[in-house]
Amino acid sequence: MAGPKIRPGKGPGGGPASALMPGEKAKDFKGTIKTLWRYLRPYRGRLIISSLATVFSVAFSVISPLILGKATDVVANSVLHNVPMDFTALIKLLVLLLIIYGLSSVFSALLGFVMAGISQRVSYRLRNELSEKLNRLPLEYFDKKTHGEILSRVTNDIDTVNTTLNQTLSQIVTSLITVVGILLLMIYISPLMTLIALITIPLSMFVIKMIVKRSQGHFRDNQMYLGEVNGHIEEMFTAHIVVKAFNGQEEAKRTFDELNGKLEKAGRKSQFYSGTMMPLINFVGNIGFVLVCIVGGYLAVNGRITIGSIQAFLQYIRTFNQPLMQLANIANVLQSTAAASERVFEVLNEEDEAPDSDTPEVILKENVKGDIVFDNVTFSYPLEEENRPPLMKNLSFSVKQGQRVAIVGPTGAGKTTIVKLLLRFYELKGGRILLDGVDIKDMKRGDLRSCFSMVLQDNWLFSGTVQENISYCCDTATKEDIKKAAKAAHIHHYIRTQPKGYKMVVQEDAGNLSAGQKQLLTLARAFLADSPILILDEATSSVDTRTEKNVQRAMAELMKGRTSFIIAHRLSTIVDADIILVMKDGDVIEKGTHKELLEANGFYKNLYDSQYK
Amino acid sequence: MKSILRIYIPFFPIIITTGGLIILQAMLQLELPKFMAQIINEGIVKQNQSVIYETGILMLLLSFLVATIAITVSFLASNISAKGAARLRASIFSKVSSFDSGEMELFTTASLITRATNDVLQVQNASLMILRMGFFAPAMGIGALIMAIRTSHDLTWTIVITLVSLLFFVFLSVALSMPKFRMLQKLMDRINLIISERLKGMLVIRAFLREKREEERFEEANKALMNTNLFVNRLMSLMMPVMSLIMSYGSVLIVYAGSKLIDVNKLAVGDMMAFIQYATHVVMSFLFLTMFFIMLPRAMVSAQRINEVLKMDLMITDLPEPEQNHLPLDTKGEVRFEKASFRYPDAEENVLSNISFKASPNTFTAIVGGTGSGKSTLVNLLPRFHDLTGGKILIDGVDIKTLSRNYLRDLISFVPQKNLLMKGTVLSNVTYTATSIDSHKLEEAITISQSKEFVDQKAEGVESPINQGGTNVSGGQRQRLSIARALYKDAPIYIFDDSFSALDFQTEAALREAFIKAKKGKTVFVVAQRISTVKNANQIIVLDEGKISGIGTHKELLKTCSVYRELVSSQLEGEGGEADGRS
Repeated sequence: MAGPKIRPGKGPGGGPASALMPGEKAKDFKGTIKTLWRYLRPYRGRLIISSLATVFSVAFSVISPLILGKATDVVANSVLHNVPMDFTALIKLLVLLLIIYGLSSVFSALLGFVMAGISQRVSYRLRNELSEKLNRLPLEYFDKKTHGEILSRVTNDIDTVNTTLNQTLSQIVTSLITVVGILLLMIYISPLMTLIALITIPLSMFVIKMIVKRSQGHFRDNQMYLGEVNGHIEEMFTAHIVVKAFNGQEEAKRTFDELNGKLEKAGRKSQFYSGTMMPLINFVGNIGFVLVCIVGGYLAVNGRITIGSIQAFLQYIRTFNQPLMQLANIANVLQSTAAASERVFEVLNEEDEAPDSDTPEVILKENVKGDIVFDNVTFSYPLEEENRPPLMKNLSFSVKQGQRVAIVGPTGAGKTTIVKLLLRFYELKGGRILLDGVDIKDMKRGDLRSCFSMVLQDNWLFSGTVQENISYCCDTATKEDIKKAAKAAHIHHYIRTQPKGYKMVVQEDAGNLSAGQKQLLTLARAFLADSPILILDEATSSVDTRTEKNVQRAMAELMKGRTSFIIAHRLSTIVDADIILVMKDGDVIEKGTHKELLEANGFYKNLYDSQYK
Repeated sequence: MKSILRIYIPFFPIIITTGGLIILQAMLQLELPKFMAQIINEGIVKQNQSVIYETGILMLLLSFLVATIAITVSFLASNISAKGAARLRASIFSKVSSFDSGEMELFTTASLITRATNDVLQVQNASLMILRMGFFAPAMGIGALIMAIRTSHDLTWTIVITLVSLLFFVFLSVALSMPKFRMLQKLMDRINLIISERLKGMLVIRAFLREKREEERFEEANKALMNTNLFVNRLMSLMMPVMSLIMSYGSVLIVYAGSKLIDVNKLAVGDMMAFIQYATHVVMSFLFLTMFFIMLPRAMVSAQRINEVLKMDLMITDLPEPEQNHLPLDTKGEVRFEKASFRYPDAEENVLSNISFKASPNTFTAIVGGTGSGKSTLVNLLPRFHDLTGGKILIDGVDIKTLSRNYLRDLISFVPQKNLLMKGTVLSNVTYTATSIDSHKLEEAITISQSKEFVDQKAEGVESPINQGGTNVSGGQRQRLSIARALYKDAPIYIFDDSFSALDFQTEAALREAFIKAKKGKTVFVVAQRISTVKNANQIIVLDEGKISGIGTHKELLKTCSVYRELVSSQLEGEGGEADGRS
């Protein structure tokens, strides 16, 4: 996830262009909208309030031109008939107008205020639910989804839901009521003029349709080539050193120029089309305008209509286009809302981890000895095809309190599998695992996991202080406890030498600590957790010699008296282990002590000879 | 900004033409209300039908003209913005192609990608906006103002009042919302950070039963996000109604003031209506301009970031007349470092100091040392990814600084630390930059790199597709293909920069053996973490904090070099840096 995310769909143009863009479609539109409604239901009352507010706001704003027209009539009357102006009537109308404008704005603000509250609360709830869901999903779910995908649902998709809820919902109501309201008032002013004005509507619809039809392909091309160009840029910049080492600059430039040329062409065309939309619609609008002027003039001359009415009418046809275009685009917007919320619901609807047993065996961390038995364990990763034979077949072994299990094997042999089974991250396909004689399936996951301390290879630290990171396992730890653990892990001195000591902030991805120091911090965490069973990953990543020695010392101390499972890389650990599990292709193919395995002269012997001699 | 402007210079004539057309369009569009006024004043008020027809037809013609101009403008503007963006993108791409490691490290790859993609998009959008609105809004605004004043200068003050109140309100909202907008970005980043930490630390969180605490941590950030979002959104939802209210009240003001003028015969009814339209135009253009100035800084930041790339002075350049002809094509590949040292610009200390050694053809030179000891930097100096800051490196007695980089790099087969594959096929990756495909060489490269087994297993063999970044093959396979790529190139000098880390010992041993057998006479450099990798090298260079602390064979160094001994004992020859396929 190093590179920045390049989001498709936000091409140049914006504005009216968004209507031209082919939208995304939800797989199950109806179902998704139904589910979305479940989230909106609690706000029914507020939704009704905001709908009413919309109706009032629109009604007032739609009626205002009519009153303005009446005011104009008062003025025109005095001119037409050469009588003194009726200022009292005029001021009455204007005050009415001020009130109406004011009310319309108040209701419109109320609507926005309420809708913002609803959409923010819904997205807050969605985000929280996703956050909780992450902890309930079985681990296998994360095997098939990338971090980026999941991240994008929590942020981008919920953002889209939020914006559309916030804007479109009120927009739909507003445009609908506006169109109907304007239409009614236009008919009220003059059915004949309305008829003439409406003639232009099919014409502008036709124009829109024609442009959309022509431009959609170009927009799609534009998005596609933009993706390709950006992909190429990302690839070439990332592989910069290879390009340089192989003198591939010219080849890279050739590919780039070709793609860039295509993008330019598609971009030019799509932008051109989106730019023609408004002038053409305006032109059609002007045709309507002139026609209405001519007819209105004719009617006015015959005294069948007032100037103010013409003015109001002209204002109506000017404002008619916008809500109409919005309405035409609603299907698109709804679709993309549905598509985004569908992606969110998809995660929420995933199946949870198998629930804990209803009548769990109660175990207490303090009383656990740490005897572990693998009894005929059979397992395969759930992702694997159904018919494939299981990876791990009938594995049985047992370890007593304080013993050490070394897991060895070549790269990619699946050495962490045993660890994941022990902690019940995955369910067995057959057999059972016993802790102190109790099947781990009969325990609560929480109880089971509390018996283990885990120090993994990737040294997971989160952004927070050193102190918070060490005491990650136990909230109740005192400062003294934390210091003791840090001392045991040989990191106390280093922490003390840092500017803020235990309050030093571990930065994102822990850039301010070396790999070895990170390892020591996670070891300190394990010391503090003080669990009867230990899981260690011994990776000797590139650590300087002094730190490396500290790590080894700390690990040795940590293992004292605890049952330990070690993903082993060091000869000393392996030789001293009570039982060695040799793994290959996901299965344990040999097990026994170092001596036994060497005598067996099998895979282990081979591995040992090639690696450790 | 200069470098970016230079890219747009060739467009200046079209830009000027477009600007002129846009101003013309605005002027013509401003004539329309005048025609309307005429229809009302002369046609309707004076009951003259023919005036209505004639003016109506004129009006239609005019609006047709406006539409034609607008479409032409759209054509020109889309041309400029698309071509400009393409040129901009191309010049960044070329510039970055000319970078070497120093510049890449300075900017970081991720940042360069953002600059070449998102920032270019920002500038492109801005250029379109500048073209369309930058000309149109001022022309329209000023034009409408002039027309309004001409229609009735007695009413001008109404526009001033409306504008001033709008201006006050817009500034108030911007001042209130800007800090919150900035905060919003930070809160969003925080949400991102927490989620990605939780995804990475899934096992640990569950093992330590910290699910609840992580949920609380998220909820806290989520709540802060919601509250800020609420504030911003509510403020925004106030903005539109208030602005339209100000504009509506403005028109009421005009009607009131206008009617007084009409009463004393200083104004015609149609003119008052035209005036309202002009006033609306003035206010709208003003709002566009405000938006323009709110959006422009963002584009400016992007432009600045692009500019930084374009104006970057290259750290390494070739001599004007590089000496490539003086070196015979049959380079032997004898490499000598003479008191070579390297220091990053502005760094206080050298990464490498005083490195002297000789590597002969047909030998393996291994380079070992702890993290930060400068191993990788040392081999990166040879292809001139960085240039020495002291001393010399010679190939067959010729200083590499006198060679062109292209020529020099043709002499080196390089396997980088990161296994970077490109979109294409196994074949296109292995034969990268080769002009023709030699099937015998291909077979050899795939066999030696120990890729044969998994390539043959694929249904399409060497034609199997490779995703961008090689995400559809495992880490070990990526590394082997990356080695195969260097083998196919087959230059006199080979550099393996920590290139066996993802291979298990057996595979590595087999690879080494096959390589030695097939590639005789090469000068080979191997940077390694694992002692077992380097044990059999002809010479091992032990680096400690950028200095050579020992050169010799494994046996010699065990006796003479304490740093080497420590390294060996700490590793106990264990397996290092494992990448478990499942975790």
